[in-house]
Amino acid sequence: MPSGPPRITMTARGVAGARGGRPVFEGVNLSLAPGEAVVLRGANGAGKTTLLRILAGLAGPSAGAIEFDGPDMNGDPPTAATASVYLGHLDGAKGPMSVDRNLAFWAQLYGRRGAPFDDVKERLFLSDLGRRPAATLSAGQRRRLGLARALVSGRPVWLLDEPTASMDSPSAARVAEIIQAHCASGGSALIATHEPMALAGERAFRMAAIGDAP
Amino acid sequence: MSALVSVFSRDVELAFRAGGGAAQGAVFFGLVTVMFVFGTGPEPGALARVAAPILWTGALLASLLSLDRVFQADFEDGSLDILVQRTETLEFLVLAKAFAHWVGAVLPLLVITPVLAAMLNVEAMWPLLASLLVGSPALSLIGAIGAALTFPLRRANVLVTILIGPLFAPVVIFGTGAAADGALGAGFGAPPLMLLAAVSLFSLIVAPLAGAAAIRFNLQ
Repeated sequence: MPSGPPRITMTARGVAGARGGRPVFEGVNLSLAPGEAVVLRGANGAGKTTLLRILAGLAGPSAGAIEFDGPDMNGDPPTAATASVYLGHLDGAKGPMSVDRNLAFWAQLYGRRGAPFDDVKERLFLSDLGRRPAATLSAGQRRRLGLARALVSGRPVWLLDEPTASMDSPSAARVAEIIQAHCASGGSALIATHEPMALAGERAFRMAAIGDAP
Repeated sequence: MSALVSVFSRDVELAFRAGGGAAQGAVFFGLVTVMFVFGTGPEPGALARVAAPILWTGALLASLLSLDRVFQADFEDGSLDILVQRTETLEFLVLAKAFAHWVGAVLPLLVITPVLAAMLNVEAMWPLLASLLVGSPALSLIGAIGAALTFPLRRANVLVTILIGPLFAPVVIFGTGAAADGALGAGFGAPPLMLLAAVSLFSLIVAPLAGAAAIRFNLQ
Protein backbone atom coordinates (compact mmCIF):
# COMPACT_ATOMS: atom_id res chain seq x y z
CA MET A 1 0.00 0.00 0.00
CA PRO A 2 2.00 2.98 -1.23
CA SER A 3 0.07 5.97 0.12
CA GLY A 4 -1.75 4.12 2.89
CA PRO A 5 -5.48 3.77 3.36
CA PRO A 6 -7.68 6.77 4.26
CA ARG A 7 -7.53 7.63 7.95
CA ILE A 8 -10.84 6.60 9.46
CA THR A 9 -11.89 6.59 13.12
CA MET A 10 -14.64 4.19 14.08
CA THR A 11 -16.61 4.95 17.22
CA ALA A 12 -19.28 2.81 18.88
CA ARG A 13 -21.38 4.55 21.52
CA GLY A 14 -23.60 2.65 23.94
CA VAL A 15 -24.04 -0.23 21.52
CA ALA A 16 -26.26 -3.11 22.59
CA GLY A 17 -26.50 -6.30 20.62
CA ALA A 18 -28.83 -9.28 20.43
CA ARG A 19 -28.44 -12.74 18.99
CA GLY A 20 -31.52 -14.64 17.89
CA GLY A 21 -33.71 -12.06 19.65
CA ARG A 22 -31.91 -12.48 23.01
CA PRO A 23 -29.91 -9.54 24.30
CA VAL A 24 -26.23 -10.44 24.59
CA PHE A 25 -24.40 -7.27 25.59
CA GLU A 26 -25.16 -3.62 26.20
CA GLY A 27 -23.39 -0.34 26.73
CA VAL A 28 -20.34 -1.06 24.60
CA ASN A 29 -18.26 2.08 24.06
CA LEU A 30 -15.34 1.49 21.77
CA SER A 31 -13.20 3.70 19.62
CA LEU A 32 -10.76 2.59 16.97
CA ALA A 33 -8.42 5.30 15.73
CA PRO A 34 -6.08 5.11 12.71
CA GLY A 35 -3.03 3.03 13.55
CA GLU A 36 -4.73 1.20 16.39
CA ALA A 37 -5.11 -2.55 16.85
CA VAL A 38 -7.63 -3.62 19.44
CA VAL A 39 -7.98 -7.24 20.49
CA LEU A 40 -11.50 -8.21 21.45
CA ARG A 41 -11.46 -10.71 24.27
CA GLY A 42 -14.24 -12.52 26.04
CA ALA A 43 -15.60 -15.94 26.83
CA ASN A 44 -17.62 -17.95 24.32
CA GLY A 45 -21.01 -16.33 23.99
CA ALA A 46 -19.84 -12.93 25.23
CA GLY A 47 -20.94 -11.42 21.92
CA LYS A 48 -17.66 -10.83 20.11
CA THR A 49 -18.98 -12.01 16.75
CA THR A 50 -22.29 -10.20 17.29
CA LEU A 51 -20.41 -6.95 17.99
CA LEU A 52 -18.21 -7.35 14.91
CA ARG A 53 -21.25 -7.99 12.70
CA ILE A 54 -22.97 -4.91 14.09
CA LEU A 55 -19.88 -2.76 13.51
CA ALA A 56 -19.61 -4.13 9.96
CA GLY A 57 -23.19 -3.08 9.30
CA LEU A 58 -24.42 -6.64 8.77
CA ALA A 59 -26.84 -6.39 11.66
CA GLY A 60 -28.43 -3.43 13.38
CA PRO A 61 -27.63 -2.63 17.03
CA SER A 62 -30.56 -2.89 19.46
CA ALA A 63 -29.37 0.41 20.95
CA GLY A 64 -26.57 2.90 20.44
CA ALA A 65 -24.83 4.15 17.33
CA ILE A 66 -21.74 3.48 15.24
CA GLU A 67 -19.91 6.27 13.47
CA PHE A 68 -17.17 6.34 10.90
CA ASP A 69 -15.29 9.64 10.83
CA GLY A 70 -12.76 10.65 8.25
CA PRO A 71 -12.29 12.10 4.79
CA ASP A 72 -14.99 11.49 2.19
CA MET A 73 -14.57 8.35 0.12
CA ASN A 74 -15.62 8.73 -3.52
CA GLY A 75 -17.43 11.91 -2.55
CA ASP A 76 -19.49 10.43 0.30
CA PRO A 77 -18.86 10.32 4.05
CA PRO A 78 -17.33 6.96 5.07
CA THR A 79 -19.71 4.18 6.12
CA ALA A 80 -19.25 0.61 7.28
CA ALA A 81 -19.68 -0.51 3.66
CA THR A 82 -17.03 1.79 2.25
CA ALA A 83 -14.53 2.01 5.13
CA SER A 84 -14.48 -1.47 6.68
CA VAL A 85 -13.91 -5.06 5.67
CA TYR A 86 -15.32 -7.95 7.69
CA LEU A 87 -13.74 -11.41 7.93
CA GLY A 88 -16.13 -13.82 9.60
CA HIS A 89 -15.74 -17.44 10.65
CA LEU A 90 -16.23 -18.47 7.03
CA ASP A 91 -13.71 -17.38 4.45
CA GLY A 92 -16.13 -16.62 1.65
CA ALA A 93 -13.97 -18.19 -1.05
CA LYS A 94 -15.80 -19.98 -3.85
CA GLY A 95 -14.68 -23.61 -3.87
CA PRO A 96 -14.82 -24.26 -7.62
CA MET A 97 -12.84 -21.10 -8.43
CA SER A 98 -9.06 -20.89 -8.24
CA VAL A 99 -7.25 -18.85 -5.60
CA ASP A 100 -6.33 -16.29 -8.29
CA ARG A 101 -9.91 -16.05 -9.55
CA ASN A 102 -11.21 -15.53 -6.00
CA LEU A 103 -8.68 -12.76 -5.45
CA ALA A 104 -9.54 -11.16 -8.79
CA PHE A 105 -13.24 -11.27 -7.92
CA TRP A 106 -12.63 -9.57 -4.59
CA ALA A 107 -10.43 -6.94 -6.19
CA GLN A 108 -13.25 -6.09 -8.59
CA LEU A 109 -15.87 -6.27 -5.83
CA TYR A 110 -13.99 -3.66 -3.78
CA GLY A 111 -13.39 -1.48 -6.81
CA ARG A 112 -9.66 -2.25 -7.03
CA ARG A 113 -9.71 -4.04 -10.33
CA GLY A 114 -6.30 -4.72 -11.80
CA ALA A 115 -4.52 -4.27 -8.47
CA PRO A 116 -1.60 -6.73 -8.57
CA PHE A 117 -1.91 -9.31 -5.83
CA ASP A 118 1.35 -11.22 -6.24
CA ASP A 119 2.58 -9.37 -3.18
CA VAL A 120 -0.55 -10.31 -1.20
CA LYS A 121 -0.12 -13.97 -2.13
CA GLU A 122 3.54 -13.91 -1.17
CA ARG A 123 2.88 -12.37 2.21
CA LEU A 124 0.27 -15.02 3.01
CA PHE A 125 2.27 -17.98 1.64
CA LEU A 126 -0.21 -18.46 -1.21
CA SER A 127 2.16 -17.95 -4.14
CA ASP A 128 2.28 -21.62 -5.13
CA LEU A 129 -1.45 -22.11 -4.75
CA GLY A 130 -2.67 -19.54 -7.28
CA ARG A 131 -4.17 -22.04 -9.71
CA ARG A 132 -5.58 -24.41 -7.11
CA PRO A 133 -9.38 -24.47 -6.70
CA ALA A 134 -10.19 -23.02 -3.29
CA ALA A 135 -12.11 -26.19 -2.39
CA THR A 136 -8.87 -28.21 -2.42
CA LEU A 137 -7.08 -25.97 0.10
CA SER A 138 -6.55 -27.05 3.70
CA ALA A 139 -8.38 -25.24 6.50
CA GLY A 140 -5.35 -23.09 7.33
CA GLN A 141 -4.69 -22.27 3.67
CA ARG A 142 -8.31 -21.26 3.23
CA ARG A 143 -8.05 -19.01 6.26
CA ARG A 144 -5.02 -17.32 4.73
CA LEU A 145 -6.97 -16.83 1.50
CA GLY A 146 -9.81 -15.34 3.55
CA LEU A 147 -7.41 -12.87 5.13
CA ALA A 148 -5.99 -12.01 1.71
CA ARG A 149 -9.37 -10.39 1.03
CA ALA A 150 -8.72 -7.80 3.75
CA LEU A 151 -5.45 -6.86 2.03
CA VAL A 152 -7.02 -6.82 -1.44
CA SER A 153 -9.97 -4.72 -0.28
CA GLY A 154 -7.84 -1.69 0.58
CA ARG A 155 -10.30 -0.84 3.35
CA PRO A 156 -8.80 1.00 6.34
CA VAL A 157 -10.86 -0.63 9.11
CA TRP A 158 -10.39 -4.38 9.46
CA LEU A 159 -12.96 -6.31 11.50
CA LEU A 160 -11.49 -9.79 11.95
CA ASP A 161 -13.18 -12.71 13.67
CA GLU A 162 -10.65 -15.36 14.73
CA PRO A 163 -8.28 -14.51 11.86
CA THR A 164 -5.69 -17.12 12.89
CA ALA A 165 -8.11 -20.03 13.39
CA SER A 166 -6.61 -23.34 12.12
CA MET A 167 -3.32 -21.63 11.14
CA ASP A 168 0.13 -23.02 11.94
CA SER A 169 2.40 -20.81 14.02
CA PRO A 170 4.47 -19.31 11.14
CA SER A 171 1.22 -18.32 9.41
CA ALA A 172 -0.25 -16.90 12.61
CA ALA A 173 2.93 -14.90 13.18
CA ARG A 174 2.74 -13.61 9.61
CA VAL A 175 -0.87 -12.56 10.16
CA ALA A 176 0.22 -10.56 13.20
CA GLU A 177 2.92 -8.91 11.05
CA ILE A 178 0.39 -8.07 8.37
CA ILE A 179 -2.01 -6.52 10.87
CA GLN A 180 0.88 -4.58 12.37
CA ALA A 181 1.95 -3.29 8.94
CA HIS A 182 -1.65 -2.33 8.12
CA CYS A 183 -1.89 -0.31 11.33
CA ALA A 184 1.53 1.24 10.80
CA SER A 185 0.32 2.58 7.45
CA GLY A 186 -2.67 4.30 9.09
CA GLY A 187 -5.23 1.51 9.04
CA SER A 188 -6.82 -0.05 12.08
CA ALA A 189 -7.97 -3.49 13.15
CA LEU A 190 -10.40 -4.96 15.64
CA ILE A 191 -9.57 -8.60 16.21
CA ALA A 192 -11.77 -11.06 18.09
CA THR A 193 -9.60 -13.97 19.16
CA HIS A 194 -8.83 -16.45 21.90
CA GLU A 195 -5.25 -16.86 20.73
CA PRO A 196 -2.41 -14.68 21.95
CA MET A 197 -1.71 -11.99 19.34
CA ALA A 198 1.83 -10.68 19.26
CA LEU A 199 0.98 -7.12 18.30
CA ALA A 200 3.14 -4.29 19.55
CA GLY A 201 1.04 -1.60 21.18
CA GLU A 202 -2.16 -3.61 21.03
CA ARG A 203 -5.01 -2.72 23.31
CA ALA A 204 -7.40 -5.30 24.68
CA PHE A 205 -11.13 -4.78 24.96
CA ARG A 206 -12.90 -7.21 27.24
CA MET A 207 -16.50 -8.17 26.63
CA ALA A 208 -18.84 -9.90 29.02
CA ALA A 209 -22.31 -11.16 28.30
CA ILE A 210 -25.20 -9.62 30.21
CA GLY A 211 -25.43 -11.39 33.56
CA ASP A 212 -21.81 -12.62 33.50
CA ALA A 213 -19.29 -11.10 35.84
CA PRO A 214 -16.85 -9.07 33.72
CA MET B 1 -21.72 -0.60 -10.23
CA SER B 2 -18.53 -2.50 -10.95
CA ALA B 3 -19.18 -4.48 -7.76
CA LEU B 4 -22.56 -5.59 -9.13
CA VAL B 5 -21.03 -6.50 -12.47
CA SER B 6 -18.42 -8.61 -10.68
CA VAL B 7 -21.13 -10.45 -8.69
CA PHE B 8 -23.15 -11.04 -11.84
CA SER B 9 -20.24 -12.36 -13.87
CA ARG B 10 -19.01 -14.55 -11.01
CA ASP B 11 -22.46 -16.12 -10.59
CA VAL B 12 -22.82 -16.76 -14.31
CA GLU B 13 -19.32 -18.28 -14.41
CA LEU B 14 -20.17 -20.58 -11.48
CA ALA B 15 -23.44 -21.62 -13.13
CA PHE B 16 -21.68 -22.77 -16.30
CA ARG B 17 -18.87 -24.58 -14.49
CA ALA B 18 -19.04 -28.32 -13.86
CA GLY B 19 -21.77 -28.93 -11.28
CA GLY B 20 -22.99 -25.38 -11.62
CA GLY B 21 -26.53 -26.29 -12.58
CA ALA B 22 -26.94 -24.64 -15.99
CA ALA B 23 -26.61 -27.93 -17.88
CA GLN B 24 -28.54 -29.87 -15.26
CA GLY B 25 -31.55 -27.58 -15.59
CA ALA B 26 -31.54 -27.87 -19.38
CA VAL B 27 -31.31 -31.68 -19.24
CA PHE B 28 -34.14 -31.78 -16.69
CA PHE B 29 -36.25 -29.54 -18.94
CA GLY B 30 -35.63 -31.90 -21.86
CA LEU B 31 -36.47 -34.94 -19.77
CA VAL B 32 -39.79 -33.51 -18.53
CA THR B 33 -40.76 -32.63 -22.09
CA VAL B 34 -39.85 -36.06 -23.45
CA MET B 35 -41.93 -37.72 -20.72
CA PHE B 36 -44.92 -35.65 -21.83
CA VAL B 37 -44.33 -36.75 -25.40
CA PHE B 38 -44.26 -40.41 -24.34
CA GLY B 39 -47.33 -39.97 -22.17
CA THR B 40 -49.44 -38.20 -24.78
CA GLY B 41 -49.10 -40.88 -27.41
CA PRO B 42 -49.03 -40.74 -31.21
CA GLU B 43 -52.45 -39.21 -31.88
CA PRO B 44 -51.94 -36.52 -34.55
CA GLY B 45 -52.41 -32.94 -33.36
CA ALA B 46 -52.61 -33.86 -29.68
CA LEU B 47 -49.06 -32.75 -28.87
CA ALA B 48 -49.18 -29.45 -30.73
CA ARG B 49 -52.25 -28.42 -28.70
CA VAL B 50 -50.55 -28.88 -25.33
CA ALA B 51 -47.04 -27.91 -26.43
CA ALA B 52 -47.03 -24.41 -24.96
CA PRO B 53 -48.38 -25.49 -21.53
CA ILE B 54 -45.86 -28.36 -21.42
CA LEU B 55 -42.90 -26.15 -22.29
CA TRP B 56 -43.98 -23.41 -19.91
CA THR B 57 -44.47 -25.89 -17.04
CA GLY B 58 -41.19 -27.62 -17.83
CA ALA B 59 -39.28 -24.33 -17.89
CA LEU B 60 -40.88 -23.30 -14.61
CA LEU B 61 -39.95 -26.58 -12.90
CA ALA B 62 -36.42 -26.51 -14.29
CA SER B 63 -35.87 -22.96 -13.06
CA LEU B 64 -37.11 -23.95 -9.58
CA LEU B 65 -34.30 -26.53 -9.38
CA SER B 66 -31.64 -23.88 -8.90
CA LEU B 67 -33.63 -21.04 -7.31
CA ASP B 68 -33.11 -22.10 -3.70
CA ARG B 69 -29.34 -21.85 -4.19
CA VAL B 70 -29.35 -18.23 -5.37
CA PHE B 71 -28.50 -16.94 -1.89
CA GLN B 72 -28.00 -20.19 0.01
CA ALA B 73 -24.74 -21.13 -1.74
CA ASP B 74 -23.30 -17.73 -0.80
CA PHE B 75 -24.68 -17.98 2.73
CA GLU B 76 -23.03 -21.35 3.32
CA ASP B 77 -19.52 -20.33 2.28
CA GLY B 78 -19.65 -16.90 3.90
CA SER B 79 -19.68 -14.86 0.71
CA LEU B 80 -23.18 -13.53 1.36
CA ASP B 81 -21.75 -11.64 4.37
CA ILE B 82 -19.05 -10.23 2.11
CA LEU B 83 -21.50 -9.14 -0.58
CA VAL B 84 -23.97 -7.62 1.88
CA GLN B 85 -21.23 -5.90 3.87
CA ARG B 86 -19.81 -4.37 0.71
CA THR B 87 -23.13 -3.35 -0.84
CA GLU B 88 -24.79 -0.17 0.29
CA THR B 89 -27.98 -0.76 -1.68
CA LEU B 90 -28.99 -4.34 -1.08
CA GLU B 91 -31.84 -4.04 -3.60
CA PHE B 92 -29.34 -3.82 -6.46
CA LEU B 93 -27.53 -6.92 -5.16
CA VAL B 94 -30.81 -8.87 -5.33
CA LEU B 95 -31.31 -7.61 -8.87
CA ALA B 96 -27.80 -8.67 -9.93
CA LYS B 97 -28.24 -12.11 -8.38
CA ALA B 98 -31.67 -12.60 -9.99
CA PHE B 99 -30.38 -11.51 -13.39
CA ALA B 100 -27.41 -13.87 -13.04
CA HIS B 101 -29.84 -16.70 -12.25
CA TRP B 102 -31.80 -15.87 -15.38
CA VAL B 103 -28.68 -15.99 -17.54
CA GLY B 104 -27.19 -19.03 -15.83
CA ALA B 105 -30.30 -21.15 -15.36
CA VAL B 106 -33.18 -19.89 -17.51
CA LEU B 107 -31.41 -18.79 -20.69
CA PRO B 108 -30.07 -22.34 -21.33
CA LEU B 109 -33.71 -23.51 -21.22
CA LEU B 110 -34.67 -20.97 -23.87
CA VAL B 111 -31.75 -22.08 -26.01
CA ILE B 112 -32.96 -25.69 -26.19
CA THR B 113 -36.64 -24.75 -26.47
CA PRO B 114 -36.67 -24.73 -30.31
CA VAL B 115 -35.46 -28.35 -30.32
CA LEU B 116 -38.09 -29.43 -27.80
CA ALA B 117 -40.78 -27.41 -29.58
CA ALA B 118 -39.96 -29.18 -32.84
CA MET B 119 -40.36 -32.50 -31.01
CA LEU B 120 -43.83 -31.34 -29.90
CA ASN B 121 -44.86 -30.43 -33.48
CA VAL B 122 -45.09 -26.72 -32.67
CA GLU B 123 -45.51 -24.72 -35.86
CA ALA B 124 -45.69 -21.20 -34.43
CA MET B 125 -42.18 -21.15 -32.93
CA TRP B 126 -41.67 -17.40 -32.63
CA PRO B 127 -44.74 -16.59 -30.50
CA LEU B 128 -43.76 -19.37 -28.10
CA LEU B 129 -40.17 -18.12 -27.83
CA ALA B 130 -41.37 -14.54 -27.46
CA SER B 131 -43.67 -15.52 -24.59
CA LEU B 132 -40.82 -17.35 -22.81
CA LEU B 133 -38.40 -14.50 -23.38
CA VAL B 134 -40.81 -11.88 -22.02
CA GLY B 135 -42.16 -13.95 -19.12
CA SER B 136 -39.20 -15.94 -17.85
CA PRO B 137 -37.40 -13.02 -16.14
CA ALA B 138 -40.36 -12.97 -13.75
CA LEU B 139 -39.47 -16.55 -12.75
CA SER B 140 -35.97 -15.52 -11.63
CA LEU B 141 -37.15 -12.30 -10.01
CA ILE B 142 -40.09 -13.74 -8.04
CA GLY B 143 -37.94 -16.76 -7.28
CA ALA B 144 -35.26 -14.51 -5.77
CA ILE B 145 -37.80 -13.41 -3.14
CA GLY B 146 -38.32 -17.03 -2.14
CA ALA B 147 -34.58 -17.66 -2.14
CA ALA B 148 -33.99 -14.61 0.07
CA LEU B 149 -36.68 -15.74 2.52
CA THR B 150 -35.41 -19.30 2.91
CA PHE B 151 -31.60 -19.29 2.54
CA PRO B 152 -30.78 -20.02 6.21
CA LEU B 153 -32.98 -23.13 6.20
CA ARG B 154 -31.94 -26.61 5.28
CA ARG B 155 -34.08 -28.28 2.63
CA ALA B 156 -35.06 -24.85 1.40
CA ASN B 157 -35.75 -26.26 -2.06
CA VAL B 158 -39.19 -27.66 -1.23
CA LEU B 159 -40.10 -24.60 0.77
CA VAL B 160 -39.18 -22.25 -2.07
CA THR B 161 -41.39 -24.27 -4.40
CA ILE B 162 -44.33 -24.13 -2.00
CA LEU B 163 -43.89 -20.42 -1.29
CA ILE B 164 -43.20 -19.24 -4.81
CA GLY B 165 -45.11 -21.79 -6.90
CA PRO B 166 -48.49 -20.07 -6.54
CA LEU B 167 -46.95 -16.71 -7.49
CA PHE B 168 -45.86 -18.26 -10.79
CA ALA B 169 -49.49 -18.88 -11.80
CA PRO B 170 -50.01 -15.53 -13.57
CA VAL B 171 -46.75 -16.04 -15.48
CA VAL B 172 -47.90 -19.44 -16.77
CA ILE B 173 -51.44 -18.24 -17.54
CA PHE B 174 -50.34 -15.21 -19.55
CA GLY B 175 -47.34 -17.04 -21.00
CA THR B 176 -49.34 -19.89 -22.50
CA GLY B 177 -52.05 -17.39 -23.49
CA ALA B 178 -49.50 -15.28 -25.35
CA ALA B 179 -48.09 -18.33 -27.12
CA ALA B 180 -51.61 -19.47 -28.16
CA ASP B 181 -52.61 -15.99 -29.31
CA GLY B 182 -49.41 -15.66 -31.29
CA ALA B 183 -50.05 -19.00 -32.97
CA LEU B 184 -53.41 -17.61 -34.18
CA GLY B 185 -51.60 -14.66 -35.74
CA ALA B 186 -51.83 -12.01 -33.01
CA GLY B 187 -49.10 -9.37 -33.14
CA PHE B 188 -46.73 -8.35 -30.37
CA GLY B 189 -49.27 -5.86 -29.00
CA ALA B 190 -51.82 -8.56 -28.11
CA PRO B 191 -53.15 -8.41 -24.53
CA PRO B 192 -51.66 -11.67 -23.12
CA LEU B 193 -48.13 -10.74 -24.15
CA MET B 194 -48.61 -7.22 -22.80
CA LEU B 195 -49.93 -8.58 -19.50
CA LEU B 196 -47.01 -10.99 -19.36
CA ALA B 197 -44.63 -8.07 -19.84
CA ALA B 198 -46.49 -6.25 -17.07
CA VAL B 199 -45.93 -9.19 -14.70
CA SER B 200 -42.22 -9.18 -15.50
CA LEU B 201 -41.94 -5.41 -14.99
CA PHE B 202 -43.93 -5.57 -11.77
CA SER B 203 -41.63 -8.26 -10.38
CA LEU B 204 -38.64 -6.18 -11.50
CA ILE B 205 -39.75 -3.54 -8.98
CA VAL B 206 -41.11 -5.74 -6.20
CA ALA B 207 -38.47 -8.49 -6.11
CA PRO B 208 -35.47 -6.28 -5.20
CA LEU B 209 -37.43 -4.55 -2.43
CA ALA B 210 -38.87 -7.75 -0.95
CA GLY B 211 -35.65 -9.73 -1.42
CA ALA B 212 -33.49 -7.09 0.26
CA ALA B 213 -35.90 -6.88 3.21
CA ALA B 214 -35.82 -10.68 3.57
CA ILE B 215 -31.99 -10.77 3.52
CA ARG B 216 -31.75 -8.03 6.15
CA PHE B 217 -34.21 -9.91 8.34
CA ASN B 218 -32.41 -13.23 7.93
CA LEU B 219 -28.95 -11.82 8.67
CA GLN B 220 -30.11 -9.92 11.76
